[in-house]
Amino acid sequence: MNRHLISAADLSKQDALLVLDTAEELAQVADRPIKKLPTLRGRTVVNLFFEDSTRTRISFEAAAKRLSADVINFAVKGSSVAKGESLKDTALTLEAMGADAVVVRHSASGAPQRLAGWVRGSVINAGDGAHEHPTQALLDAFTIRRRFGRGSGEALDGLRVTIVGDVLHSRVARSNVWMLHLLGADVALVAPPTLLPIAIDDWPCSVSYDLDAALPKSDVVMMLRIQQERMNAAYFPSVREYSRRYGLDSARLRQLPEGAIVMHPGPMNRGVEIAAEVADSPRSTIVEQVANGVSVRMAVLYLLLGGLEAAQ
Amino acid sequence: MAHAAHPAGGQPGTGGDGVTAPGPSGQGGTPAPGPQADPKMVLEAADINRALTRIAHEILERTRGAEQVVLLGIPTRGVPLAARLAARITQVEARPVPHGSLDITMYRDDLRLRPARGLGPTNVPAEGIDGKTVVLVDDVLYSGRTVRAALDALNDLGRPLAVQLAVLVDRGHRELPIRADYVGKNLPTSQHEVVRVMLTETDGEDAVLLEPVGDTARPRRGGVTGRKR
Repeated sequence: MNRHLISAADLSKQDALLVLDTAEELAQVADRPIKKLPTLRGRTVVNLFFEDSTRTRISFEAAAKRLSADVINFAVKGSSVAKGESLKDTALTLEAMGADAVVVRHSASGAPQRLAGWVRGSVINAGDGAHEHPTQALLDAFTIRRRFGRGSGEALDGLRVTIVGDVLHSRVARSNVWMLHLLGADVALVAPPTLLPIAIDDWPCSVSYDLDAALPKSDVVMMLRIQQERMNAAYFPSVREYSRRYGLDSARLRQLPEGAIVMHPGPMNRGVEIAAEVADSPRSTIVEQVANGVSVRMAVLYLLLGGLEAAQ
Repeated sequence: MAHAAHPAGGQPGTGGDGVTAPGPSGQGGTPAPGPQADPKMVLEAADINRALTRIAHEILERTRGAEQVVLLGIPTRGVPLAARLAARITQVEARPVPHGSLDITMYRDDLRLRPARGLGPTNVPAEGIDGKTVVLVDDVLYSGRTVRAALDALNDLGRPLAVQLAVLVDRGHRELPIRADYVGKNLPTSQHEVVRVMLTETDGEDAVLLEPVGDTARPRRGGVTGRKR
């Protein structure tokens, strides 16, 4: 494994499977009376979040604490960043505090990459702009593998995954396309043309605009959030129209083949991209994804920090 | 010295009963030993069988029927050994004995000396370990550090009534105050030698080999391959 995890492309197929297999074993820790392992005792993990986040930050914090690492949460509000400190100066401060890993979320694509050049510890990308969110892709792959009854060492060969919605602004979609393709799944994107990035032809996936045609051919449907906060133009006529054409409601849920699952990285806009009754249906893995997130992030932290390389 | 007569040093497949054949678990990187470095067969399949049968009876005797016993194998090769012991106890007592595996990777004291490695399986029987007599099972007892890690791991899983240790080979050179309760064979070794345990479940055949490795510069622990220097 590389020292940093910045993009899904940093991982080989072997690395990705090692993360998933390790997460599979670490998932058992959640069922034990003592939910803690001594592995990262004395290591410091800094959560550096320049953007709002609930589940990712808490998930990383829980993962680090279950491995006995010390966790420093760095919220931008109330820090010197609010006074205008640059990313580099913040990084040097963390460096001086001896951070072994920095988990970073930033609104600018590429910020974790820059950070990796300034700190000695491992940098883990927890979402940078519309670029990547590799641990989300790993936990989605983990969730899919479990739901389809595949065990350790197995990939996602032959599974058809359809990712629907705001691909343009979605780091989750970007990381997932690469990760799921790497693991052998057939990935299809469905989105209005205005919400697809320009270079989409280079992605290892198919693209279409018709959700109803794609659903019967999907083992997994991954709904993306409409990211109003990143939208500075009108990408579709109205929320209502978007919901009609690209929202997953009960009628569309019935078009899915037997055993198909519905995923959403959260936070959801209920009634926009996903109907409430779909989000709460047994096919939905949304709550599972959160639980799996802790196991997968434990695996990532262990594999990046647990061994020899990190000690240097 | 079962195969000292093979001058080629026993390439895979040429050593009669395949003594030097690397197991399927990927021992391919081992340099072929020279003529003077032939591995010595210490235990053959029948010896391993007898040793396990004896240990099973000793466990029954010492635990008065093994009623509250849970056998936990330490991956990789402790796991099939625990299963075999459980099967033998079941034969004698006509009652199933819970057995499983306990991975100790996350509790090792040498994690930072080597790159992070994958984890082995941990399967604790449904009845748990609280109030039970846990018998840890491993293939080779050497420094005692693995067992120390296993004791820590058990501590996080529950509170057994007692913990005992069964090993197929005790090769000496302890670095911690740990001893085995049940030993298949006491094997005096030099620290330069490698004890290699092969089991049908993991390596296709049953054998314990002693390989003279003259290279003192090699690190001490054998790791996940079952080679215990």
